[in-house]
Amino acid sequence: MSYLNPGLPKPVPAPDGLDTPFWEAASRNVLMLQRCGACQEFQWGPEWICHRCHSEDLGFEEVRPLGNIYSYERVWHPVHPALKEQGPYIIVLVELPECSGVRLVGNLLGDPEQSVEIGTPVRAFFEHHRDAEPPFTLVQWEKV
Amino acid sequence: MSRTVRGKVAVVGIGETQYYKRGEAPDAEFKLALKAILAACEDAGISPKQVDGFASFSNDRSDPSHLAAALGVDDLRFSNMQWGGGGGGGSGAIANAAAAVATGMAECVVVFRALAQGQFGRFGQGPQRDVIAGDGAHTVPFGLMSPAQSFAMKVTRFMHDHGVEQNALRAISLASYHHAQNNPRAVMHGRPLDEEKYDNSRWIVEPFHLFDCCLENDGAAAMVLVAAERARDFPHKPAYILSALSGSHYRAGASVHNTPDYATSTFKTVVPRLYDMAQVTPADVDVLQCYENFTGGVLMSMVEHQFCDPDGCNEFFVKDNLVAPSGKLPTNTSGGNLAECYMHGLGLNIEAVRQIRGQSTNQVDDADVALVASGPMVTPVSSSIFGTEATL
Repeated sequence: MSYLNPGLPKPVPAPDGLDTPFWEAASRNVLMLQRCGACQEFQWGPEWICHRCHSEDLGFEEVRPLGNIYSYERVWHPVHPALKEQGPYIIVLVELPECSGVRLVGNLLGDPEQSVEIGTPVRAFFEHHRDAEPPFTLVQWEKV
Repeated sequence: MSRTVRGKVAVVGIGETQYYKRGEAPDAEFKLALKAILAACEDAGISPKQVDGFASFSNDRSDPSHLAAALGVDDLRFSNMQWGGGGGGGSGAIANAAAAVATGMAECVVVFRALAQGQFGRFGQGPQRDVIAGDGAHTVPFGLMSPAQSFAMKVTRFMHDHGVEQNALRAISLASYHHAQNNPRAVMHGRPLDEEKYDNSRWIVEPFHLFDCCLENDGAAAMVLVAAERARDFPHKPAYILSALSGSHYRAGASVHNTPDYATSTFKTVVPRLYDMAQVTPADVDVLQCYENFTGGVLMSMVEHQFCDPDGCNEFFVKDNLVAPSGKLPTNTSGGNLAECYMHGLGLNIEAVRQIRGQSTNQVDDADVALVASGPMVTPVSSSIFGTEATL
């Protein structure tokens, strides 16, 4: 199952390795985010040092894939050829309250014309593209 | 206060090419830059050889050394690029140029921006490649890839937090199109907009209709800055820089939409410094040019420049309040990025100078203080305030 039509650029881990654990975990249906070993706070997107305490002791930790819709948008106008026949789709910005309030971007699964409310609880859905070259997994969201 | 540019520098020349729909300029981008600079120099009554500095923003491709060579500049002293923020750098480039003039690093600096999207590609399209890494890997595969898509989520959150209705965005668009009908330079001159046409226009991305989005254009714009003590020697009434600066709040640049203060135009930390340097208050501002990448950004910018309470937007943002000459705060009086031309906002600064000179096609009576907000929602953003001699 794929929420958006195929043909958009496929995500690959950054060449510098900064977000590799995130992508590897997603392929195993696990959400892992960057956490500071010194001050224990999460940060996202991943950084080379902790922006709070400047420690280099950063690792990735499995987290519960639960969040709330912080904001959203329904896109109508396609800006990529792969989306020409897509019709409307919903992008959500999801805040993870258990993870220092970091936010992730994804699509809200279901009817693209459904009503969306800020604050709605959502859970992650791991959308696998095993046959893609290279294969990848998108962390999508659905209402709880 | 000595550590200020207030009153030390003036704009004495402005110049623009004709403005074209994107991809329709008959000239190469570099030639457009030269033509705008030549026009600004002619307006200032100077030889282009006297220019000794260049400042631009958003990674403008017309390199100052190349420009200096093409113009036969005798003595290049200042070559400057405002780093980051795209169109948010428009007033920042003016700030940098003004700083150079105020401190004696240069005598006559041109601020310019040139765009030929037919030659170099569009802003409003997503990346078309096989794979994507880095920050984009966490947004693009979800169909989040254009400026409209990047900013709509900020605006949605702001509208949610403050109960802002769609009609408030519509009023901003109506005002710009209204002004463009009096401005023969405007790309949308002769193409008026009313409520019905706006309401029936297609969604780009909610909450932006087609008419909430800026144009994409080809052209170039330039202005000439000199020290204030020389400013009276030029043909036109000087527009003195009362304030110009840039910046952004704590972790505004956090990736993947993670800035802590999310639903903002990014002006909150800039504005107190802006008014403090200019020694004016929002009530002193006679006319406003407020960068419209999207109307929602204009709304948040105007709130954060303290023209409107965040919870009073539905009452303040009505067309009558925004149009010249009678509105409470005439805004985007050239038609701006929505309806005059998208010259990455430098056209807004030029319109502010026209208002100070008394030369706008939508002139505000006795305009002594003109504010420009360049941005919004990017990082860094920047703002500038111009004044007549009476404000010094």
